[in-house]
Amino acid sequence: MSKTLKPVDVVMVGFGWTGAIMGQQLCDAGLEVLALERGPWRDTASDFATGFAQDELRYMWRHHLFQNLTYDTLTVRNKVGEEALPMRRLGSFLLGTGVGSGGVHWNGQIWRFLPTDFLTKSHNEKRYGKKSVTDYDLTVQDWGITYDELEPFYNQFDLLCGTSGKAGNLNGQIQPGGNPFEGPRSSEYPTPAMKQTYGPALFGQAAASLGRHPFPHPTGNLSRPYTNPLGAQLGACTYCGFCEKFGCGNYSKASPQTTVLPYLLRKPNFTLRTESEVLRIEVTPDKKRATGVTYVNSAGEEFFQPAEMIILSAYVLHNVRLLLLSGIGAPYDPSTGEGVVGKNYAYQTMSSVNVFFDDKIINPFIGAGALATVIDDFNGDNFDHGGLGFIGGAYIAGMVTGGRPIEMIYTPQGTPSWGLPWKHAAAKNYLRSFNFSIHGSSMSTRGNYLSLDPTYRDNHGRPMLRMTFDFSQNDLKMSDFLTDRAAEVARAMNPREIKVNRRSRPWSVVPYQTTHNTGGAIMGANPKDSVINKYLQVWDVPNVFSMGSGAFPQNAGYNPTATVAALAYHSAREILTRYLKQPGPLVQA
Amino acid sequence: MADEKHDPGKPDGAEIDLHRRRLLLAGAAAGIAGTAGAAIGIHDGELGGPSQTIRGEMPWAPGSADSPPGAAGTGYRYFKPAEVAFIEAAVGRLIPDDSVGPGAVQAGVPFFLDRQLDGPYGRGDHFFLGGPWPKGTPQQGYQSRFNPAQLYRAAIEAIDKYVAANLKGASFARLQAEEQDKVLKGLESNEVVLEDGVDAKTFFDMLLQNTKEGYFSDPIYGGNKDIGAWKMIGFPGAHYDYLEWVERHGERVPYPPVGFKGRAGWREGGQ
Repeated sequence: MSKTLKPVDVVMVGFGWTGAIMGQQLCDAGLEVLALERGPWRDTASDFATGFAQDELRYMWRHHLFQNLTYDTLTVRNKVGEEALPMRRLGSFLLGTGVGSGGVHWNGQIWRFLPTDFLTKSHNEKRYGKKSVTDYDLTVQDWGITYDELEPFYNQFDLLCGTSGKAGNLNGQIQPGGNPFEGPRSSEYPTPAMKQTYGPALFGQAAASLGRHPFPHPTGNLSRPYTNPLGAQLGACTYCGFCEKFGCGNYSKASPQTTVLPYLLRKPNFTLRTESEVLRIEVTPDKKRATGVTYVNSAGEEFFQPAEMIILSAYVLHNVRLLLLSGIGAPYDPSTGEGVVGKNYAYQTMSSVNVFFDDKIINPFIGAGALATVIDDFNGDNFDHGGLGFIGGAYIAGMVTGGRPIEMIYTPQGTPSWGLPWKHAAAKNYLRSFNFSIHGSSMSTRGNYLSLDPTYRDNHGRPMLRMTFDFSQNDLKMSDFLTDRAAEVARAMNPREIKVNRRSRPWSVVPYQTTHNTGGAIMGANPKDSVINKYLQVWDVPNVFSMGSGAFPQNAGYNPTATVAALAYHSAREILTRYLKQPGPLVQA
Repeated sequence: MADEKHDPGKPDGAEIDLHRRRLLLAGAAAGIAGTAGAAIGIHDGELGGPSQTIRGEMPWAPGSADSPPGAAGTGYRYFKPAEVAFIEAAVGRLIPDDSVGPGAVQAGVPFFLDRQLDGPYGRGDHFFLGGPWPKGTPQQGYQSRFNPAQLYRAAIEAIDKYVAANLKGASFARLQAEEQDKVLKGLESNEVVLEDGVDAKTFFDMLLQNTKEGYFSDPIYGGNKDIGAWKMIGFPGAHYDYLEWVERHGERVPYPPVGFKGRAGWREGGQ
């Protein structure tokens, strides 16, 4: 039997980036907000201080900051008809947990999607014909929102983080040194771009020699000290090389902890409850309104928390699962194409090129999570896809995020993975090699989706989420084309040799690729083909808002965090200016 | 206010004895994992500490810093003598010793592995081990019911059985180096088929990964003795600040490697 608690205005499920942003926005407006986080409290001084933060074994390989699969995981398969089996060990993606969640152990790569990325269906259809968006069973859609609508909110996130970078397009004027392909920005980055280490600098020279347009990757690893509009202070990054998969002990990486929590936790109308896992959203019998959430704490006590509004601010996979478990929205069925919840799950199509020198000391251990020189010439629709047979693209980054030796020793083509030849190759190449990351888009298809697993259950007895995914032919063609472009840059550096690591089918849960899972609770212009409207409001149950990358109808060739944050700010503005005055649908279906 | 007992001047979090990271979860965790008898003793945080209600200020509590566990003592705790012989032989082939740099044995990898298998990792911390357990496709990854400690135990026995049956009575440890390499390659490619439900490649992949972990992780975990593996490749270790080196492109950073406990040179008054 669950105990009913005193009602609050807003209950938030999960407390990472979107929880922190929504919490701050809604508390500033005077609402009583309760955040429920199933993981523990975490903060810099206690949990990843500089004295012990730089521990590759513990954080990367023993998953100290990541979701503990013992209690809850998901099942995976490549296609309908296969038996999905549990992901027993983290691999392809590293799920967050605890306060700050993925915002603690992300790289700090802060990208805006291109204006045309929000119009994947209509733009490509117009430029390349109807088949371009339906070939290979693609089910891409427009987002129902435009870049111009989101721009002020991208800017708001930059101000929160103190993003370091160089604008390439200020109010339509192309700027030297920045990304000339980006959508127009209303202002320059809050702090200047990071200084580039040797590898990224060499990448930039080689790319420029081929006529490409290199620029410094925008970073949430700060180039100089910064105080954000909430009064939170960040320090300058020391390039220690322990960023992604680690917490920053130096207060130099933008995270909920470094940018929002010191402000938000002091608000009298904000409460955070940890080790409290939401089991389901409770809805009225007609399923038109949510009444609150049922959650269980680590002692096994169950509570019903009534609330006027419910914000799903957990990771995409958890948000989608909660919608399915709560019976909100029609589950997607790939055999008919009907239903919406779980539809258009997408990922990221990653490949890489390793570059080896004899005569250049790269010092890969000098790095930061987003430290790179990048070209965006072949991302989105920045280039003519005529005759290429695919849509989408990737950025190519000469990237040195660190030189952690268990994970990041590159050895030449043909080197065995053990024995003296491996050891000699490691000793010879460690200081003299680095990696290009080719960060490709992932177009949604009819057969890639999320659903509830029929067999496996979590520690509460609930069905696990089931992921059905494989790379589409569209994305593999894209990735091959992009990997060839990256190899051209690599060869222009005159290295001793390069190694090209292409992406191929089938997708495997084993090797790490990236934690950019998207879709399943997608946004759109109407309830027939989407779960939420452009304000992230659930069409069917308008007092539920679903945050995060679940909203993406397909994934662009960029890291998702800034878009996730901008969508949250955009949603908050609408809640504050319209919804609170008249709770109900913000877009008429 | 949702929590009626709450006193805004005194957040609940501050009252909690924050030994949450050391909680004993034996009963619950073993049941969930479906590994009878595999008690999970130490747990690193999520879902198991007392629920905290945090309001009014940033929580902080004395004695709560989450410093790393490290490896303690000498000698083997998990491995039995026959297993020690196998492990020393096998990791010595995975990373052999020569003048370029230490071998895995010289770097202390067998001790590292012993302490890992004796601890949370060995007991399957962060693994989901619940059933059912079909074999699955390679893309579905680890599908064993065994936790790592159990897998090592079963695999070492099965490999020695294989060697006895197919290579004339010797145990793996007593084979010539070339023969050992042949067996290891057979495990890696799954051409060696083991009995007792042990998937050869699953074990090989885990052993190789764990060997590299012991070789290259901070010496507090018992491997990477004298920081020899870091010296070999030129990784300076847990340095905190490279700012002055960022734009000194192509220069060799002169710092000798340092671990969490410093480096031997400090104690000797050397560099």
